[in-house]
Amino acid sequence: MRNRAVWLFRRLEGLFAVYKPPGVHWKLVRDSLENNLLKGINSALPLEPRQEVKFLPESRDGSGGSTELIVTRVPALANHPLVTGPQFRKLRVGVGHRLDAFSSGVLVLGVGKGNKMLTDLYNSHTTRDYTVEGELGLATEDFSHTGRLIERTTYDHITQDNLDRVLAMIQGANQKALITYSNIDQRSQQAYELAAKGSLHPQGNSPPILTGLRCLRFKPPHFTLEMQCVNETQSFLRRVVHEVGLELRSTAVCTGVRRTRDGPFTLQAALTHKHWTLPEVTEASEEDRP
Amino acid sequence: MREIFEDVCFLGNKILIPTRKLPRLYTTSMALAQFRLYQKNCVLLLSRALVGEVTLDPQVGSATVPLSRRVRLGQSWRVRRYSELGGQEKGPNTGAVVNSLVPKCALTHLLPLHESQASLEDLDGAPPLSPFEEISDEEAVQIVAPPPLPPVSLSLRDYVNQSETLSVLVHLGVDLSKLETRRNVGSMLLRMEVQHLQERLLFLRDLGLQNPQLGPLLTRNPFILTETVDNLRARVLYLQSKRFSSEDVGSMVCRAPYMLNFSVQRLDNRLGFYQTLLGLSPHKTRDMVTRLPRLLCGSLEPVKENLKVCELEFGFRPNEIQHIVTRIPKVLTANKKRLTETFDYVHNTMAIPHALIVKFPQVLNGSLLRIRERHLFLQYLGKAHYDPEQSGYVPLDRLVSLPDSEFCSKLASASPQDFELFQKTL
Repeated sequence: MRNRAVWLFRRLEGLFAVYKPPGVHWKLVRDSLENNLLKGINSALPLEPRQEVKFLPESRDGSGGSTELIVTRVPALANHPLVTGPQFRKLRVGVGHRLDAFSSGVLVLGVGKGNKMLTDLYNSHTTRDYTVEGELGLATEDFSHTGRLIERTTYDHITQDNLDRVLAMIQGANQKALITYSNIDQRSQQAYELAAKGSLHPQGNSPPILTGLRCLRFKPPHFTLEMQCVNETQSFLRRVVHEVGLELRSTAVCTGVRRTRDGPFTLQAALTHKHWTLPEVTEASEEDRP
Repeated sequence: MREIFEDVCFLGNKILIPTRKLPRLYTTSMALAQFRLYQKNCVLLLSRALVGEVTLDPQVGSATVPLSRRVRLGQSWRVRRYSELGGQEKGPNTGAVVNSLVPKCALTHLLPLHESQASLEDLDGAPPLSPFEEISDEEAVQIVAPPPLPPVSLSLRDYVNQSETLSVLVHLGVDLSKLETRRNVGSMLLRMEVQHLQERLLFLRDLGLQNPQLGPLLTRNPFILTETVDNLRARVLYLQSKRFSSEDVGSMVCRAPYMLNFSVQRLDNRLGFYQTLLGLSPHKTRDMVTRLPRLLCGSLEPVKENLKVCELEFGFRPNEIQHIVTRIPKVLTANKKRLTETFDYVHNTMAIPHALIVKFPQVLNGSLLRIRERHLFLQYLGKAHYDPEQSGYVPLDRLVSLPDSEFCSKLASASPQDFELFQKTL
């Protein structure tokens, strides 16, 4: 092993998932990870300083004799780590489907050749799971509980049954949109088989589509929804909560969006911010390598 | 070696090579013998690095070469210059041009100055030797031909092998790769003499700084080397006259490397500001400044702003602010937005009264992310009691400062795995 840093750098390839805490921008997550990884790589044992060959004149026999050149090797200061600086200054870290600052959860990142795998992951149209918290009786400008308050409403009339009915209606509308955007003839055998297996997915660009929606907990004014979706953004999910509130003849705001699964990456595999270090990221990215 | 650098000064993207000293060197026979070897190198170097347009400034006696226009020299120019270099000096004007084009660094390096200086006056009138004269093997062996130094470079790496100052700095542990990215620092270090450097290093050692501390200090503030020793000494004496002990001054310089670059008047201003605005006693001011010497270096505007934020936005009373600042001086230099967010969470969400924050001002210094997840975890476990009146309360300073493993075992009495699982539910 001539250079441990290079070896560490090359080992770092593939996809891994981290758990993004709420209130932090994804760019900050990515940058701090890149910094940590570079620090880990560059702190590996440095190379031995390169030797410089010099021809030094030296007298052959004592005084006044003929002189000749002696070949000597001296360590070259130009290759000192303090002069050349860190060996690696940049690392390609790519981010999968984004999470905005308000939301938290599994964020997929790719290093090295993992950046190409990120594109494959995007093209595979896998669904993502979210847990969305809502609160009834309030309406804000940006549908989240931190936004400017617009309206207060009552919510005493809402029952679990009402909520389930509204959710079923929304899911039905989305199911229909899914079949439309999947570009398959509705009456064909193929469409039936795909739909039975649950592997229908939109072709190309489509608006956000919920493929699954159910209520996990209902404790007025708080409720929790679980959603599976494709092509979504977090603000779309907050809007869904708002619409659920309107359908219930009340209003609702979103108090939290948490992604629990992104394609094959689940919560168990996600690294919390204490574990964003080189050995753990290397291990995680090797596990997910196909 | 350092003479090489002191005359080559970089002015923007122009390079000035003074020529006043050159003829003296030029006339010695030794120099000429070595110079012949260099002719080819010089022409190549010039054609590579310099431009086709060389303007002569008669007052300065130096060639001003705009480096922004890099034009490859034509063959005819090269031949003509070659003949001029090889032949006699034709006139004062052309001679100056030729001299200025010769990389002086190469010449001075070839020439052991202490030997030749004695004979300089005698040889001034002697006619220069022909470049076609043969030299003996012994003479040829004596000639050391280092690779020519680039007149302009983006990195100090090219000079570090041949500059004594730079090699001293590297051995001290100064990170040259960081320094070369800073403006004007590279040429400042190149022009510096070892003697000059040594004086300042000895001065810093006298302050009680150890060798391993000097490297990081100079990496952060190389400009301490540009100050005169008298100035530095005056500032240290001033601090000592304000009854800072000499160990304190040493540690302050180490933690706030820019402190000694500021004039005595400015230091006095700062100390006066903190003492009067906060109404602290001299002893407490000294204690605060010793703990956060950065206060003496930075601007006072953000400090005033933070004090206003504490007073008007947070609603602390002046004596409470005094208490907070003497305990945690970092509150004064903290980011206003971060401070506000933390206070907002601690006071409004965790419902901690002002009196308790004053008692544990470390909370204002902690990161919001950490406070939030720990508070929520304790709340989930039903242990989020921060009032010292209650039994089994959680002291706020320990909530903020303990590392994760100790927080889990001592305050939350849960396993670190549980805490991690909880973090994933936020």
